[in-house]
Amino acid sequence: MDLIAGIINLDHEQDLLEELTYFRCGAAVPFAGRYRMIDFTISNMTNSRIESVAVFARRKYRSLMDHMEQGKSWDLDRQRGGLFILPPDWNDPTDLSRGDLQHFHNNIDFIRRTLADYIVVSGSQNICSIDYRDVLESHKESGADVTVVYKKVEELQPEHNLAHKLTIDDSGQVMAIHNDQQSKNVYMDMYIIERDYLNYLVENCIAHGCSHLFLDGIKGRLPDIHINAYEHEGSHALINSVESYYRNSRKLLNESEHDELFNEESPVFTKVKNEAPSHYAFSSNINNTLVANGCTLEGHVEDSILFRGVKVGKGAVIKNSIIMQRCEIEENAVLENVILDKDCSISSGRTLIGAPEKPFVVAKRKTM
Amino acid sequence: MKNKECVAMLLAGGQGTRLKSLTKKIAKPAVYFGGKYRIIDFPLSNCTNSGIDTVGVLTQYEPLILNNYIGIGSSWDLDRSFGGVSVLPPYMQADGGGWYSGTANAIYRNMEFLDQYNPEHVLILSGDHIYKMDYNHMLEYHIAAEADATISVLEVPWSEASRFGIMNTNDEGRITEFDEKPEFPLSNLASMGVYIFKWDVLKRYLMEDEEKEDSSHDFGKDIIPALLNDNKKLNAYTFDGYWKDVGTVDSLWEANMDLLKEEPGLNLSDNKWRIYSKNPNQPAQYIASSATVRNALINEGCRIYGTVDTSVIFYGVQVAQGSVIKDSVIMPNVKIGKNVKIHRAIISEGSVIEDNSVVGDSSPDSQITLVAEEGSVMASSYATIIK
Repeated sequence: MDLIAGIINLDHEQDLLEELTYFRCGAAVPFAGRYRMIDFTISNMTNSRIESVAVFARRKYRSLMDHMEQGKSWDLDRQRGGLFILPPDWNDPTDLSRGDLQHFHNNIDFIRRTLADYIVVSGSQNICSIDYRDVLESHKESGADVTVVYKKVEELQPEHNLAHKLTIDDSGQVMAIHNDQQSKNVYMDMYIIERDYLNYLVENCIAHGCSHLFLDGIKGRLPDIHINAYEHEGSHALINSVESYYRNSRKLLNESEHDELFNEESPVFTKVKNEAPSHYAFSSNINNTLVANGCTLEGHVEDSILFRGVKVGKGAVIKNSIIMQRCEIEENAVLENVILDKDCSISSGRTLIGAPEKPFVVAKRKTM
Repeated sequence: MKNKECVAMLLAGGQGTRLKSLTKKIAKPAVYFGGKYRIIDFPLSNCTNSGIDTVGVLTQYEPLILNNYIGIGSSWDLDRSFGGVSVLPPYMQADGGGWYSGTANAIYRNMEFLDQYNPEHVLILSGDHIYKMDYNHMLEYHIAAEADATISVLEVPWSEASRFGIMNTNDEGRITEFDEKPEFPLSNLASMGVYIFKWDVLKRYLMEDEEKEDSSHDFGKDIIPALLNDNKKLNAYTFDGYWKDVGTVDSLWEANMDLLKEEPGLNLSDNKWRIYSKNPNQPAQYIASSATVRNALINEGCRIYGTVDTSVIFYGVQVAQGSVIKDSVIMPNVKIGKNVKIHRAIISEGSVIEDNSVVGDSSPDSQITLVAEEGSVMASSYATIIK
């Protein structure tokens, strides 16, 4: 079996989720009731038997480090390999690297020392369930230099505007990487590459003063290199805005969408919280809602997602909303089309109503 | 030499025959409780929360699931470089060996384990009870009183006193007499099965007891009476929180139902006294539009399309549309089909209840129905009302 190592490159991910990314990077944004965005990427890696994962963090990584600890939740607390969270702390006076190449350059030991022959490089904004061993197989079959993962989306959404698109020939070879707004082949910000070739690209890019490994080192080399495209067929969500976060979160209320992301063969792991089961009072009325553990529910909730430890008081009404960890909604408060970040409290009788296409977002620890 | 002030020994080898088929393949301490936990999570979490970081778990009956569950103790922060949790099954020795013949014998056979830590005191626990207790308070009381042994007691209603081991005490809390299930109790202080001994005293008595041919090698029947006989200083430590013996199907059901009361005696959501358990790692629970959920505890990974009323639902349970679950405990990964009625029942792990089944008896004082062996399938034509 070929060994694969993983790099989660957050370097160029922008924090576009407004209030939700004021204090944390996009990878650390809570998602699906009990997870953080990055859980899906790490779990995909560990489910593909990747046992060595580096996280290139650039900004606002406190919450991310708190969440990942030593990687125990993903079985990445290893004697050899395991989880490496690598924030920017480098003082090499001869360092000429720029952009995300700073990360690759200063952490080149991770690439050189790993026993793996292949490296998966991924961002954290594409939520899916994927087995990288299948990607590797396709990569080896194609004989390509790099294999990129893409999703053929049925319907283009605003969030896809920011993604790169691929033009692919019949043999699955990438002919062009571009930003064509009409193209439905959305690049998922994941590629697999041979370790030695990655090492070469890093050195070569730095020598040429480049600042973006994928754009300059891979996309910029077309058509001289062979890029193979691997189509991801399962469910996929690209989350790079509040609007896409809200819509894709609520898509999980649909059973088949939910099951495509959460299946028994490749479970999604997250940090353990040791919350008690959720308590539903006599007065509670919960419909079409995902509820995490540790909640105390006395009010009415529909078409919503409740994270761990949320309290909903008597007579409170919550619709089409996402309520994050430990929020308290007091009696008779009304929330509709709202996203509450962690630790918010809504005092009794308050009403907050956002628009269905633009939810009202409340930043962490606000009291209203 | 490094030493530990207090080491806990948790007696987890019991079969728990009164739990019927719930303990057919698992030891009693591994029985599920409270929507998420196993019974052993309570004493282990109490140890962690009390600052006791060295625990020996004595196993004997059906240890597979229990051993697997305990692992290296990381769920309870008991994975330590010096101390932590150790599973202690019976073993063979040069001169023979064999099963643990009683609770005292189990500790006797593990004296070497205890001596590794050279403890001042030994805390003896059992894996049969649901309670949250700071053992450290009891230890402080034990040390301040300079007692040879301290037994934790609970005031029980006088009418029930004859069901327990009763401690008769003098005004200073010193135990004068121990009555096992007395017909005419002189006190209502029942032993909770939690003891702290000075290790050197206990060690001597364990060795002496081992020599006695007629001894049953039991703490309650042999060791405590022997200490009292020799006029050793035994004190009663009164505990006044929630405590429940879950040794029978009915009491296990009751203890689960206690969690659904208006003011439950046992708070599972206390941040300062968390009950730790191994995490099943399942996605958030889903409550569908067709569902009605009232007065229930529900865990991760559940999908509820039917009605759940006054029930405790463990992780990974599916309840299909039209089904009604009332006054029941549904253990992990049970699949309940459509239009099923379940009343006053405990459904054990992995059972499949097919469409249109009727389980249990809804009349208020009826006996609790237990379904059944792990992984059992209940066909729709088979309605069970066990009286």
